[in-house]
Amino acid sequence: MEKFMYLFRGGENHAHNAQDSEAAQKNMQAWGAWMGDLAKKGIMVGADPLQPTGKVVSGTKKIVTDGPFVEAKEMVGGYLIVNANNIDEAVEFSKGCPIFAENGKVEVRPLQKMEM
Amino acid sequence: MSESNDNEVNKMVDHLFRHESGKMVAVLTRVFGFSNIEQAEDIVQDTIIRALESWKFGKLPDNPQAWLYRTAKNKAIDILRREKVKHKIVNDIAPLLKSEYTLGFKMNEMFTENEIRDSELRMMFACCHPSISHEAQVSLILKTLCGLSVKEIGNAFLTNEETIQKRLYRTKEKIKTDHISLDYPGADAMQARTYAVLKALYLLFNEGYNSSHPQKLIREDLCEEAMRLAILLTENPKTSYPHAYALLALMCYHASRFAARLDDKGFIVLLQDQNRIQWNKFLISKGNEYLNKASEGETIHDYHIEAAIASAHANAPNYSETNWNLILLLYNTLLSRTQNPVVQINRCLVLGEVEGHEKAISELEQIKGFTENCYYNTSLGEMWMRLSKKEKAKPYFQKALTLTSSNAEIELIRRKLLACN
Repeated sequence: MEKFMYLFRGGENHAHNAQDSEAAQKNMQAWGAWMGDLAKKGIMVGADPLQPTGKVVSGTKKIVTDGPFVEAKEMVGGYLIVNANNIDEAVEFSKGCPIFAENGKVEVRPLQKMEM
Repeated sequence: MSESNDNEVNKMVDHLFRHESGKMVAVLTRVFGFSNIEQAEDIVQDTIIRALESWKFGKLPDNPQAWLYRTAKNKAIDILRREKVKHKIVNDIAPLLKSEYTLGFKMNEMFTENEIRDSELRMMFACCHPSISHEAQVSLILKTLCGLSVKEIGNAFLTNEETIQKRLYRTKEKIKTDHISLDYPGADAMQARTYAVLKALYLLFNEGYNSSHPQKLIREDLCEEAMRLAILLTENPKTSYPHAYALLALMCYHASRFAARLDDKGFIVLLQDQNRIQWNKFLISKGNEYLNKASEGETIHDYHIEAAIASAHANAPNYSETNWNLILLLYNTLLSRTQNPVVQINRCLVLGEVEGHEKAISELEQIKGFTENCYYNTSLGEMWMRLSKKEKAKPYFQKALTLTSSNAEIELIRRKLLACN
């Protein structure tokens, strides 16, 4: 069993964009139901949404700036780690994600094992 | 607000707390895990303290139940967000509770009707785990599912707070060391565990029904809780075994006589003297309905026979027109399965109605090792009274008087003794 990380990019109603509206409520329910199903099947390992911006620390001088400022549709809004046998399976599991209904996308990335 | 109104509010709040705290403890234990049951109990305790502060002077929220759930839920969410706590959560819903995506959503779901019932069922099964003693099982159910305080449990068992406190402490330690979980037992173990749960509910009901406890309210509450939990079992397809229906039927029949078995001074009224108008018709019809459902299976359990006996009594127009032959037959069947001395005594009393009181006396005298039992002596006394042999009856009642500490029983025996003179 391997671990994969889903990076959620964009999504009009995704966590940080969600307003206290009925649509947003409904959207959160869809996410809850999807992840609930993944958890029940032992696929879900962990997940968290992210706020849109924070600080960026860069360079040898460790310069701290606000950011990152990227296009909304590229913005990482959260992550989810899953158990899957291979990347095809991980991709398959991601297809139930509600983000597709709100113009977002899922980036599926295998976790790298570091050779010692 | 008038004083009587105030009392009404207090009574309602008490009832609400007792009822809802059991549900909240069940749900929160499902969330935090069986070995973290104290965490669940602490949150519920805090919630109730908060309610008492906010609801002072009878200012209740529009929906007190929802208020309690919301407060408990928010407290739980705060605690679940602590990293230290997260590590302790190892159940099947842990990933959902540890993720901010789903924490709120899942906690809302946990407080919906279906999930509450599921949590209560899981809790019932876990409390009746084979490595926990029967005594401890009932105490744990009372504490966690029925919302009784340690003091009230001590009261119900006619023992002190310290004994119960120790018993609960040891049980909780056992849950931790044995890693008892809230998972449902596997299909092969399900029936056996359901038996254990029914046995605990049977004890719980009897504790309320037979106990000589002076406070009527506590006794009725125990019976009501036992019935509520038995109904939960029958409503779930996983656990709605025929013998669960049989036990529920038995409870309904017994409970139908609640009002008639004590007079207005709180003294015991025997079956032959009860005013049958006071028997609760609704509960009798529920008993009949459940007994019907109980007969759908192939196997017969003691509860079936006991319920059939109770049914024959409950459906008889009066004492003399009771179907004693049927009841005797049922007692004979019951005795062929269990050697319970109380069942033996009861059978003799029925025998008295069928074959005469001399016969009952001679069989009662053959029951060994029970001469120091109050019920045994009052039964012999009663049989002699039926034969109008007052001088024979008297010593039995006198002896019985030394064998009970229950005020209600003492009063009953005193009256019998008066009749002997």
